[in-house]
Amino acid sequence: MTDFLLELRSEEIPARMQAGARAELEKLFRAQLSSAGLETGELTIWSTPRRLALIARDLPEATAAVSEELKGPRSSAPPQALEGFLRKTGLRQDQLEDRDGVYFAVIDKPGRATIEVLAEAVPAIVRGFAWPKSMRWGKESASSESLRWVRPLSGIVAIFGEELVPCEIGGIASGFATRGHRFHCPGEITIGSAADYAEKLRACHVIVDHEERQAIIRDGAAKAAADAGLVLVADEGLVIENAGLTEWPVPLLGRFDEAFLEVPPEVIQLTARVNQKYFVVNGADGKLANGFVCTANIDAKDGGAEIVAGNRKVLAARLSDARFFWEQDRKTKLEDHAKKLNRITFHEKLGTVADKVERVAKLARWLVEEGIVTDSPLPFRGGAGGGAFRPDAARTDRPHPNPSPEGEGLSLADQAELAARLAKADLVTEMVGEFPELQGLMGGYYARAEGLPDAVADAIRDHYKPVGQGDDVPTAPATVAVALADKLDTLAAFFAINEKPTGSRDPFALRRAALGIISIIQANELRLSVSMPLAAALATLVGKSSASADRFSFEVGVQQLEAAGVQFSEETVDRLRDVALQNALDRASPIYDQIIQPSIVSIILFLADRLKVQQREAGVRHDLIDAVFALGGEDDLVRLLARVKALQAFMATEDGANLLAGYKRAANILKQAGQDVSSNSRHAELVSASTAGPWTLKQVQGDERLGAADAALFEALDSAEPAASAAVAEERFTDAMAALASLRAPIDAFFDGVMVNDPDEAVRAYRLGLLSRFTGAVHGVADFSKIEG
Amino acid sequence: MTEGAEKKVLSFQDMILTLHAYWSARGCAILQPYDMRVGAGTFHPATTLRSLGPEPWNVAYVQPSRRPTDGRYGENPNRLQHYYQYQVILKPSPADLQEQYLGSLAAIGIDPLLHDIRFVEDDWESPTLGAWGLGWEVWCDGMEVTQFTYFQQMGGFDCKPVAGELTYGLERLAMYIQNVDNVYDLKFSDAVGDVSAVSYGDVFLENERQFSKWNFEVADTDTLFAGFKAAEDECKRAIEAGVPLAAYDQAIEASHLFNLLQARGVISVQERANYMARVRDLAKGSCKAWIDSQSERWTQNYPGWTL
Repeated sequence: MTDFLLELRSEEIPARMQAGARAELEKLFRAQLSSAGLETGELTIWSTPRRLALIARDLPEATAAVSEELKGPRSSAPPQALEGFLRKTGLRQDQLEDRDGVYFAVIDKPGRATIEVLAEAVPAIVRGFAWPKSMRWGKESASSESLRWVRPLSGIVAIFGEELVPCEIGGIASGFATRGHRFHCPGEITIGSAADYAEKLRACHVIVDHEERQAIIRDGAAKAAADAGLVLVADEGLVIENAGLTEWPVPLLGRFDEAFLEVPPEVIQLTARVNQKYFVVNGADGKLANGFVCTANIDAKDGGAEIVAGNRKVLAARLSDARFFWEQDRKTKLEDHAKKLNRITFHEKLGTVADKVERVAKLARWLVEEGIVTDSPLPFRGGAGGGAFRPDAARTDRPHPNPSPEGEGLSLADQAELAARLAKADLVTEMVGEFPELQGLMGGYYARAEGLPDAVADAIRDHYKPVGQGDDVPTAPATVAVALADKLDTLAAFFAINEKPTGSRDPFALRRAALGIISIIQANELRLSVSMPLAAALATLVGKSSASADRFSFEVGVQQLEAAGVQFSEETVDRLRDVALQNALDRASPIYDQIIQPSIVSIILFLADRLKVQQREAGVRHDLIDAVFALGGEDDLVRLLARVKALQAFMATEDGANLLAGYKRAANILKQAGQDVSSNSRHAELVSASTAGPWTLKQVQGDERLGAADAALFEALDSAEPAASAAVAEERFTDAMAALASLRAPIDAFFDGVMVNDPDEAVRAYRLGLLSRFTGAVHGVADFSKIEG
Repeated sequence: MTEGAEKKVLSFQDMILTLHAYWSARGCAILQPYDMRVGAGTFHPATTLRSLGPEPWNVAYVQPSRRPTDGRYGENPNRLQHYYQYQVILKPSPADLQEQYLGSLAAIGIDPLLHDIRFVEDDWESPTLGAWGLGWEVWCDGMEVTQFTYFQQMGGFDCKPVAGELTYGLERLAMYIQNVDNVYDLKFSDAVGDVSAVSYGDVFLENERQFSKWNFEVADTDTLFAGFKAAEDECKRAIEAGVPLAAYDQAIEASHLFNLLQARGVISVQERANYMARVRDLAKGSCKAWIDSQSERWTQNYPGWTL
């Protein structure tokens, strides 16, 4: 057993690509060896900016010899058959074995030397390597076929045991020589085998193990900070990035002018991290201190004094830019910054950011006024806010931007509207222009700096949340209103112009918006019919305000929708005008049917999809969500999930599983009889009402053609149906499941005891009807046809 | 440089002369700046056009570069609307390009065992030239001092072979070497005898003030728009007439006028993309015409070479 070492040396590989490159190297190496019939055990894979290394331990010297046996024709077969077999095997007749009148060919394939396999594998790996971006270089690049690599490939070390694995790729031949640290040991060093590789490099100022470099940076940075009485702000992303930029990492602590600390700490941390790849440090008080840790790639002759001085200067230039922005931005009130939002296009078909702000402000207020978002810690649970949306709800003559000094006294609706009006203002500030990732956060700072109430500043700061999975979900009422309104508007707006995500394409991050909506509703247990705020958002979109902000300008709305590709008949325009004149919108209005309803339907479907993805991680079965969702009309996500969870608990019981089996059997029979499973059929009516229908329980019991099982199921349905529907109506979903469970024994007994397709047509009709009524009862709780299993 | 040896810190002009000597000794033709207003050294036809085709090409030159929107009326210690780039083109890119480059840093006084030199991923793309390449920004103690690029495409055409491009930011590098915080304090030349030293500010501060004002406030936008249109038309005429070098001059002119229009704030976001596409078409058209005018010779002298 022998070890193999491969080193692919290259000019500096981007730090962000190194982890992927290690995985790619492992994958390709295993594939190459396995196709040659070699097992690979544990692989060690390392990376530095200048090399990828692989050590495969305990490879055999050769692949195993294989003996292949092929059965040929009978010896009595015509000569053509034998000739054909000889051609196929490449053997002579005297090399075949005659076993009981049948020819066999035995072909021995000798093992191949592993070193030969490796000599072919290495070029194949290099040529097949997938980099996120690759390039050509040098003389060879005169041809389009020249080798591509992430940056110029400069050397290959390939040693099996202590023997060179000879190979050549793109003019680069394998050898024993590599190079040490670019500055400390620029000359060639000779590697003997996998055993001395890492240590020889270490002696030449290269720590080839990326994890070791990461540990040096992680611990060294923490120690450099601690030695100065400071606490490093841990940042694993920076640890990995700096390890990908260095072969000999040396963390160094520097200080910057304390005066810069007046700039918000997030700004300092961001510019230090993103632009300079520095760690920041906290003081003993837990607040950001005037220090940074940079990671040098050398043991500098002066201990790093010059390096620290240089880096300090660069950071100071960055921070003075940031401080300049911080000072400039605060000279203008957010309200005045917001006026410039009409210069920023939100989307060419959807107008400017100012237009969006207007819509979000109205919607945020509406969410509060409808009682969907309330002041109480846990919101009003009585009903699902469903009042008609009044597009004029947010008039400019309501209390708004200029809050009185006692701004804290603003009502929640006023807070939400004000925050929404100012939430996007920081987009035109210098700071956010420079650091787009600080949007929201800076708005929050600027709001507080100009004395706006905390609730408003917090809502501005956090209204983009949650940004991704794991991000905080807003719970402060004003923030919830703005965050929810912003995302609902985004979804409504893009769906209205038919910009829906497709496949991996989601340029407007609508999936994230949908997930945000779901998370906010769940975290705050908001009881609402999602269709309503969507209708509200769409109505505002249709009736986008013109110059007079409180007037529902329908012409503008129509023009916008027409520009967006929505076709209007003259009649529709008239009806839209009516709606506009009414200044109101309810479910009965035509605009609702024609524009709003179709968009709502597709948005609700989209939300359901996102809900499934989100709930998968919580272990909720997607088919059960479908089963509840397929009933239609459910757009209260809190209620929907409660029902799904009860259903999931039920399906885990024996009753649940058996009921599902009974349901499937019933559905099959009904299907064969040409009946729709999901709705009560004519047959069901025959047996639906125990008093009014042709069949009553008494008749069933008295009919000699029918048996006990016929009556028992009838009776069970009579009690289960009202119990289940009452439980559903009162959102007692576990009780609804229990009601269904009571059907399990009767349905089992029914299938055991009777034949549905009785020769007597009346009996058959009765039994089909009964089954239809059974599936109907089940559908009152969930559409079991969507359930898998 | 050797450890401990007191070496005189290079003035701005001596730094340039040192780089000239360094690259001259490595076979580069030392060219002079192109005599037109450009945004970067890459616009010099010695880079744009000569990076196309199979012929070896090794040159170095200083290129005064103008970025009207970066003007700060001489009040910002780091930003200028007119500055210098030192440009080196080596085609095909030599195997030891990084080592040659590091040698040039040593030549101007940067000791890599005292200062932290790093190659940090930075892929270069010029939308107006239809060009891109992969490479790094080179950091010295955290400051970007050079853009290092392997050209992959120019004018929309594959570079065959690939040229290596080094673009040094001369003012930044000089501020670093001379250890000054304000660009105007840079020592441009040394005092000799009773001739006193000249600072960067002596030479350029007034230029920055006046040109910032002209770029942002004075330049007549109608004239600029008309100039853009005229350059565009002339570029197309020159392409038609088979004189791509002249055509390319007009593409450069259009590009700079577009930059000035931007500084005047008269080009909206939507129009911006449109103008950039027009400049790109001119640059690509000029590159294409250049290739057409040369390809017969190229294929003759370099059998097997294809576009």
